[in-house]
Amino acid sequence: MNQSSLSVESAVGSRSRFAGFRLLVPGLLWTIVFCLLPMIVVLAVSFATRGTYGGVVWEFSLDNYRDLLHPLYGRIFVQSLLMAGMTTGLCLALGFPLAYYIARLPPRRQALWLVLIMIPFWTNFLVRTYAWIFILRTEGLLNTVLMQLHMISTPLDLLYSNQAVLLGLVYGYLPFMVLPLYAAIERIDPALIEAAWDLYADRWSLFRRVLIPLTKPGIIAGCVLVFIPSLGSFLTPDLLGGARSMMVGNLIQHEYLVARDWPLGSALSILLMLIVMGSLLGYFNAQSRQAGERGER
Amino acid sequence: MADLSIDMRALVKRHGATLAVDHVSLKIRRGEFFSLLGPSGAGKTSLLRMLAGFETPDAGDILIDGQSMAGVPPNRRPVNLVFQSYALFPHMSVAENVAFGLQMKRVPRAEVAERVGATLELVRLSEKRDRMPGQLSGGEQQRVALARALINRPAVVLLDEPLAALDQQLRQQMQIELKAIQAQVGITFVCVTHHQEEALALSDRLAVMQQGRVMQVGRPEDLYERPENLFVARFVGVSNEVRGTLADVQAGEGSLLPNEVSLSRGIRVPVRAGLQSGIQVVMTVRPERIRVSPGHVTGADMNCLHGVVETMRYIGSEWQGVVRIGESVRWTIHASNATSGSRPVALGAPVSLQWNPGDGVVIPLT
Amino acid sequence: MRKQGLWLQGISGLGMAFLYLPIIVLVLFSFNASRLSAMWQGFSWHWYGVLWHDEALLAAAANSLWVAVLSTSLVVLLGVPAAMGLERLRGRGKQALDTIMLLPLVLPEVMMGVALLLFFVMIQWPLSLATVVIGHAAFNLPVVIVMVRARLQKLDPRLEEAASDLGASAWQTFYRVTWPLVRPAVLGAALLAFTISLDDFIVTFFVAGPGATTLPLKVYSMIKSGLSPEINALSSVLVLASMGLVGLSLVHQRR
Repeated sequence: MNQSSLSVESAVGSRSRFAGFRLLVPGLLWTIVFCLLPMIVVLAVSFATRGTYGGVVWEFSLDNYRDLLHPLYGRIFVQSLLMAGMTTGLCLALGFPLAYYIARLPPRRQALWLVLIMIPFWTNFLVRTYAWIFILRTEGLLNTVLMQLHMISTPLDLLYSNQAVLLGLVYGYLPFMVLPLYAAIERIDPALIEAAWDLYADRWSLFRRVLIPLTKPGIIAGCVLVFIPSLGSFLTPDLLGGARSMMVGNLIQHEYLVARDWPLGSALSILLMLIVMGSLLGYFNAQSRQAGERGER
Repeated sequence: MADLSIDMRALVKRHGATLAVDHVSLKIRRGEFFSLLGPSGAGKTSLLRMLAGFETPDAGDILIDGQSMAGVPPNRRPVNLVFQSYALFPHMSVAENVAFGLQMKRVPRAEVAERVGATLELVRLSEKRDRMPGQLSGGEQQRVALARALINRPAVVLLDEPLAALDQQLRQQMQIELKAIQAQVGITFVCVTHHQEEALALSDRLAVMQQGRVMQVGRPEDLYERPENLFVARFVGVSNEVRGTLADVQAGEGSLLPNEVSLSRGIRVPVRAGLQSGIQVVMTVRPERIRVSPGHVTGADMNCLHGVVETMRYIGSEWQGVVRIGESVRWTIHASNATSGSRPVALGAPVSLQWNPGDGVVIPLT
Repeated sequence: MRKQGLWLQGISGLGMAFLYLPIIVLVLFSFNASRLSAMWQGFSWHWYGVLWHDEALLAAAANSLWVAVLSTSLVVLLGVPAAMGLERLRGRGKQALDTIMLLPLVLPEVMMGVALLLFFVMIQWPLSLATVVIGHAAFNLPVVIVMVRARLQKLDPRLEEAASDLGASAWQTFYRVTWPLVRPAVLGAALLAFTISLDDFIVTFFVAGPGATTLPLKVYSMIKSGLSPEINALSSVLVLASMGLVGLSLVHQRR
């Protein structure tokens, strides 16, 4: 009697597990073929050599990676890291007060504000970047307005610079920072804020000793969500940047479509990937360490 | 008065259309353990939050140690609050939580360390000083919350339903500890609770609140033995009532002629000054003051009512029951299980309920 | 602390204005009658008219719509079962599969574009509109999976058990119990995927074949080849369309 009931149970159990897997298969296959496989191809090509007319010659070589150590490429990588870092910092500085403000609105207005923040984020990135061109270029809106108001006599040279790129990046990725921050702040028990206040904390101490530590997971999440895409951004530096504003994304595009040096481009992509993966790993590590420190298991 | 810790004057607070606190004036003495007792919605939490500074009164003033608190934010009041949920900072250890208030006031590190040690000793948590709040039990968390407030030596410690989250046994133990700590430290405690027994056990004085108003203030015995209105009589204990007309009032005594029970002679009641014959009153008497005897008994100097046992419940240390008197009057009785034996009275049996006239309390019906 | 400081309100207001300013400016100036776009010279529908008559533009718009419809359909057909499958999965494989399926979300778009390009070249699949559809479906899949899973997780597992207890087969349970409850999330996800596909530039840039121009690609080439006020009008159309679609998507999710 026992034996048969056991086998029925395990049959049902394995059936549902199997059924689950079966549902997953088409999607999984698709991802493997059109996402994983291409990445492996890139990895493979990164070890190959460039053919005379731009094709790929399958001769194993580490030259591409060695070429990456060239100061020219190094500079671009460093510049990309700096830009991504500054973008993250600015987004944090602007995003935290915004998230804090929203988290303490009455619930219905919170929903409204969140929707308002989400909407630009989902609309056409290209168009929104173009909008900044329209505003910032020498015959653009800003200069026109300022000259009409006689505040300047010659137009300001704002576009095609690193600053313009930074502006575009912050503009594009601010919502990515606000949302996780909001989630973290919203989760804080309001009694904790009152307790700190009751214990004589001024606004700065409240911020530094209670708010920041308690929202740290949200802060890290937001930073990762901004850092990674801005590191690999292509459109913003392409449209808003000058000759010296080249970032990794542009470099990759250049190697692939202009210089037609696919192996080198692939090596660049792999390097970018590694940095992205590294940041993600650091993020997951920080998350689990946080939980451990709090005595939560 | 220099002896007053808190002086609340005509406080009013509205939440939307409702009047949460309705012109409340209370005086709390230094070193007292004072409780605000009442059902939910009575306004006691609003009052507490106004004392702490998290809400501003719409009218009236609060003076603490003689200083007006108008316009003073919570982080500058000499008041500390023990939250109902404890609100311990989850990212700080026990010691760091307790030290927080002193650090905010820039007390030198050596002194902070010393006072943290002493306060943790007081609440008996010294060995757990480096634990995180998530690793503590409910009772331990509560003691940390208390320590965090006490260490600042405020003029007043406020407690919001401090024992609500604890189970019965732990609760009684903590009641004793809380009282002992307060006595030892000598700081004024103001405690909000809806638990009547707790308020009576802990307080030097208490105020019973209902719908934003103070129904009565006084020592526990005063409220229990001599309630001034029906709400207090019913909230602070069990109230056995009988309505009727007051008659033959003279020299502090009178006679109650019940409306719904027919009696050969009226019930003898003590009458306080100001009440006259002819008015409608309610007499209330506590269950434990009533002696229950089977059958029909008469006694000359005790009041006596006769009724029939409707329900009888055994709860271990005593029997609790309901006796129906006449058509519609029902009284709760307690019969102690002091001697081992059978049920005191059977269901449906006729009984006599007797009590001392002095144990009855007369409350006028307005 | 219910009232918020003025400072906080100010920064938040500024932040919001910052987010919406460029869009508002764009839409406003798309009605500018003047050719020198930045000086306001009167209200006019002129540039929208130009758009309407630009054959190349209309062809690109048609392409964009086709791609969006096809890739969204693909993504829903693959993603909904995948989400259900992932939810039901137990055991050690789950973490790994989770990571694989959500991979495209974390990858920078440049990487995906480049990888797909290389892949298509390696297997000698000529670039065309089809490759664009495939690319869109690849990076939009996780979007649908995440959104549908979120809804599935809020679903009481007992409901499916009750249906099964009452004799329903797996398909019946899905059709009569699970699907009606999950449908709003699926619709919302589909709308979102549609929008993303319409707006996508980078991956499209790398894998589009000749003649497979989509609207964003057209906008890009217009920007690169010198500015014409048409772009404002075109951009406004795109932005307003996106905002409308996203709004619809969010409304659907709230149900």
